[in-house]
Amino acid sequence: MLRDITIGQYYPADSVIHRLDPRTKLMGVLIYVVSLFVFRGLAGLAAVTAALAFVIWLSKVPFGYMVRGLKAIVIILVITVLFNLFLTPGEPLVEFFGLKITWEGLEHAAFMTVRLTYLILGSSLLTLTTTPNQLTDGMERALKPLNKIHVPVHEISMMMSIALRFIPILIEETDKIMRAQLARGADFESGNLIKKAKSMVPLLVPLFISAFRRANDLAMAMEARCYRGGDGRTKMKPLKYKRADVFSYLLIGGYFAVVILLRAYL
Amino acid sequence: MNFIEARKLVHEYIRRDEEGNVENILTALDQVDLDVKQGQFVAILGHNGSGKSTLAKHLNVLLTAGGGSLWVDGKDTLDEDNLWDIRQNAGMVFQNPDNQIIASVVEEDVAFGPENIGVPTPEIWKRVEKSLKSVGMIQYREHSPNKLSGGQKQRVAIAGVMAMEPKCIVLDEPTAMLDPNGRREVLDAVEQLNKEKGVTVILITHYMEEVIRADQVYVMDHGKVVMQGTPRSIFSQVEALKSYRLDVPQITLLAHELRKEGLAIPEGILTRQELAEALCRLY
Repeated sequence: MLRDITIGQYYPADSVIHRLDPRTKLMGVLIYVVSLFVFRGLAGLAAVTAALAFVIWLSKVPFGYMVRGLKAIVIILVITVLFNLFLTPGEPLVEFFGLKITWEGLEHAAFMTVRLTYLILGSSLLTLTTTPNQLTDGMERALKPLNKIHVPVHEISMMMSIALRFIPILIEETDKIMRAQLARGADFESGNLIKKAKSMVPLLVPLFISAFRRANDLAMAMEARCYRGGDGRTKMKPLKYKRADVFSYLLIGGYFAVVILLRAYL
Repeated sequence: MNFIEARKLVHEYIRRDEEGNVENILTALDQVDLDVKQGQFVAILGHNGSGKSTLAKHLNVLLTAGGGSLWVDGKDTLDEDNLWDIRQNAGMVFQNPDNQIIASVVEEDVAFGPENIGVPTPEIWKRVEKSLKSVGMIQYREHSPNKLSGGQKQRVAIAGVMAMEPKCIVLDEPTAMLDPNGRREVLDAVEQLNKEKGVTVILITHYMEEVIRADQVYVMDHGKVVMQGTPRSIFSQVEALKSYRLDVPQITLLAHELRKEGLAIPEGILTRQELAEALCRLY
C-alpha cells in the first residue's frame, strides 16, 4: 500500500519545455508567480492566462493530468473564496441572514481563485517537466553564489539527491517492517488517532535504526569512491544554456514587461 | 614489489566506557601477512568475525593499520598523502547493493567515481559506457537502480568502481545478499574483468564455491591468516577447514568421504567433472 506513493510527479515526454535548462524553468516559474500577484484587470488576466496556456501547450502534458494536482488545494480555495465573498466591504449585492455579498467581494474572490489556481498549475508544470535530479542540479547551480557566504550549496543538493534516491527504499523497508509486525499480531488499523500514533512507535524505531545503518554504509561507499565534497568535482551532465534557453529568457522578460505595463497603463 | 603487501598488519577495535577507559579490545587483525601480485585473483575466506571485512577496509584505507604496515601499489597506506591515490587504484564493492548506489539513474551512479576524481565530461561518458558494457549492463543505463535485481545492482556497483579505472577491485562479500542467479552473474562479471582486463581481484567471501575460480586462497580465523595456497591445496585439507567452521564445496566433500571409505581418489577435487573422471579411472 505504501508502494503506491510516487515521488515527484515527473511526466515523461519529449517537449521543448522538458529540454529546457532547469535554471531557466526555475526562473520562469519565479517570474510567473510574481506576475500573478502583479497583474490587474481583465487585460492582465488575459495575459497571464495566455502565457500559462501557451506553456502548457508546449509542454505536451495533458491538461487533465495537471488539473488533478488541484485537488490538494480545493479546501484552501473554498475558504479563500468564502472569506473574500463575505468580508470585503463595499456596495452590497445580496444580503441574507446578516451576511452580505458585495460586488468588490465577488471580484476579489474570482481573482483570488484565478491566482491560486494558476499558481499551482504554473509551479506544477515545473515538477511535471523536470526530473527531481535535474531540479536539484539546477538549484545547486542557481544558488552557487551563496557559496561565497559559506552556505554549503553542494552538500545540500547532494543530500537532496540522496534523499530522493532513498525514499523508495525506505518506503519498501517500512512496508516490510509493518508486515513483520502485523504477522506477529500488531494492530495498526483500529483505535482512535492517539492509539494509532502510538502503534507507529514500534514501526519507527527499527526504521530509524536501519536508516542510520544505511547512512553509515553509504558514507563509507562514497568515501571509497573518492568523494571529498564539491571541490574539484566534474560533472557527467553539466548544465549548459542552449539557444532555446536564451530565447526563453527573452520571452520571460518580455512577458513580465507586458504584465507590468498593463498594470501601469490600464 | 607486489601490488599489495601487508606485513604483520594489526587492527584493534577498542571500546571505551564513558570516562574513556578501555573496556575491551577486539583484535580484528592479528599479524596478517598478505602478498598479492598484479593481475591475480585472490580469495579471502573466513567465518563471520574472522577479520576479513576489516582487512578489506584496510586495502581501501577506510581503516588504517594499528600496527605493522600495508603497501598498496607501492604506496604506504599510513601516509595520508597517498589516500586518494590508493582509493582510486583499489576500488571497493560492498555487501549491500542498495547502500552503495548513490544516484537515481544507473549511468549517473557509474559516473559518480570519475566525477569525484575530476575526470573531464567527455571522458566520463566514454568511461561510463565502457564499464557498463564490461559488466553487461549497458542496456539499463537509463533505468532507476530501484527497479534492478540484486545481481544487476551489484554489477552496476562494479561498473561504478571500474569507471575509476582501478588496478584492483576489492569485493567485500558481494554476493551475500543475492540469490544463486545473481551470485553467478556477479562472479562471472568479476572473473571476466580479471581475465580480460587484467584487473587484480580480491574477493572476500564465505561461500566456498566462489573460491574455486581464484588463483590464491587465504583462510582467516580470529584475525589471523591460518591457511594459504591454491584452491586445490586448500580444499584437500577438509578436516582443517572444518575446524575453522568452513564448509567445503559439496563435490569436494563427496570426494573426501569416498576417499575416507577407501576409494583411490586424489585429494582436492573441485568440480563435478574432475570427480567423474577420477571415478572412471578407478574401473
